[in-house]
Amino acid sequence: MTSVMRDNLAPPPSAPMALDVATIRADFPILSMEVRGKPLVYLDNAATSQKPRAVIDALTQYYERENGNIHRGVHYLSEKATELYDLTREAARRFFNARHAHEMIFTRGATEGINLVASSFGEAFIKAGDEIIVSTMEHHSNIVPWQLLCERTGAVLKVIPVTDAGELDMDGYRALLTERTKLVSVVHISNALGTINPVADIVRLAHEAGAAVLIDGAQSAPHARVDLQAIDCDFFVCSGHKMLGPTGASILYGKEAWLDRMPPWMGGGDMIEHVSFERSTWARLPSKFEAGTPSIGDVVAYRHAFEYLERVGLENIAAHEHDLLAYAVEQVRDIPGLRLVGTAQEKAGVLSFVMDCAHPHDIGTILDGFGVAIRAGHHCAQPLMRRYGLPSTARASFYLYNTREEVDTLVQAIHHVRHVFA
Amino acid sequence: MDLGNLYQDVILEHNRNPRNWGELPPPNDRADGRNPMCGDEVTVWLKLEGDRVTDISFVGTGCAISKASASMMTQAIKGKTRAEAEAVFEQFHAMVTGHHANPAGDATVGKLKVFAGVARFPARVKCASLAWHAMHEALHQAHSRAS
Repeated sequence: MTSVMRDNLAPPPSAPMALDVATIRADFPILSMEVRGKPLVYLDNAATSQKPRAVIDALTQYYERENGNIHRGVHYLSEKATELYDLTREAARRFFNARHAHEMIFTRGATEGINLVASSFGEAFIKAGDEIIVSTMEHHSNIVPWQLLCERTGAVLKVIPVTDAGELDMDGYRALLTERTKLVSVVHISNALGTINPVADIVRLAHEAGAAVLIDGAQSAPHARVDLQAIDCDFFVCSGHKMLGPTGASILYGKEAWLDRMPPWMGGGDMIEHVSFERSTWARLPSKFEAGTPSIGDVVAYRHAFEYLERVGLENIAAHEHDLLAYAVEQVRDIPGLRLVGTAQEKAGVLSFVMDCAHPHDIGTILDGFGVAIRAGHHCAQPLMRRYGLPSTARASFYLYNTREEVDTLVQAIHHVRHVFA
Repeated sequence: MDLGNLYQDVILEHNRNPRNWGELPPPNDRADGRNPMCGDEVTVWLKLEGDRVTDISFVGTGCAISKASASMMTQAIKGKTRAEAEAVFEQFHAMVTGHHANPAGDATVGKLKVFAGVARFPARVKCASLAWHAMHEALHQAHSRAS
């Protein structure tokens, strides 16, 4: 890879450096393809990111030269695969500044991580009458597992309201916290609005009330520096495929003190210490929560995603996306009949909008004809859509490889939507 | 006419001015359709006299494809017998899923051939067929009630 912005071990620069986007783009093979006869303009990064050559090559290399099952054999390939698997765990610890590598549990995705906590933490610590707090802007994956837990236990789900601009109502949040609150589970950056939530404050207030906190970092881990010890949350989930990694490998972080006291979620191979028909005992962390053969190849390649993001620098990526967002807002602001959904003060590179003349699905199809990939729909956030009286929105979401020229193409295509429908 | 083009003028016109929009007075049969992918919703009302659909209407939120499809469906179905309506449903469904060999030459499909382009956009098939599935369900209900 050639897109080295700074040495891996150097401290973060105080001011963000402009990205060498042309060099970065050359690292992503898919970005040079054409769609419907037009150069691909990929603006659906909140759904999944594209992959750099280093990650794709790592997958191939793994299956050609390194494939064995982990923690099983004494042969070369098993040892090699085990070593590579654990290297990613340490890379994740460093990336998120967690205290211990064994606090990083590999999951398929953020959804699986939340379900693991809902099941295991829920079984150990949630009983009838307890309260769980989520927010209006949660993804369905941070709503439904808690609803299922509430149905099982008789616990009660409470919801933090959001303002018209798409910010959390922090007074409303404070009012919900009581001695019955056992867990607060909120999103770090909203996938539908782009709002960056004040997670450190959310955690502090919850801890003062005696509640644990899960932060859904599916949209923050790819785009901003996340320091888990500074945020001090009890659990954190991210989504590997949204941060340059392959599908099938993600992280659930949990503080050791919680994970040690929580029962296993899935039972099977690798998560045991000793099995007999009378009684089995569990392996230590992290294996206790990693039953069965995981997506080893995906986990091995995931390390190269962490390393790529570290080399470019999360602060630089955030600044680049902020620039693209500001540029895009400037371009679309005066388009008649277009309204932005989500105008929080603190906002990541998500441009969610609706148009009077066209449904988001129609916008998405017209844009696709220009080679522009966006998301059209409810973004798995139907309660949030209902809050704003909308069935759905169109959403462009930016990443480190996007350019101002691509924003220009997006805007040109939006003008064509008006030409067709208005 | 280029059937490969998704947004035919006829579709855009029905999107702007949907026909048979609104609720039918009772007695009627109604069914709802929901597209979980986009959250779009449609409700279809049917009035049957004997075996014949004497009136049909719809209300819904959705894209141009779903709204125009519902609108043109009401025109195509009104006055048809149950069996005829089912036949139109089947031919329309075959067309938008790319399984109709010659929609332009099929009298049952008729004006609905403007939706042939949908077959090239797999993600939009549900939009085009949402109201049709609701109509199908309402017909089924009417039949079960009658028998």
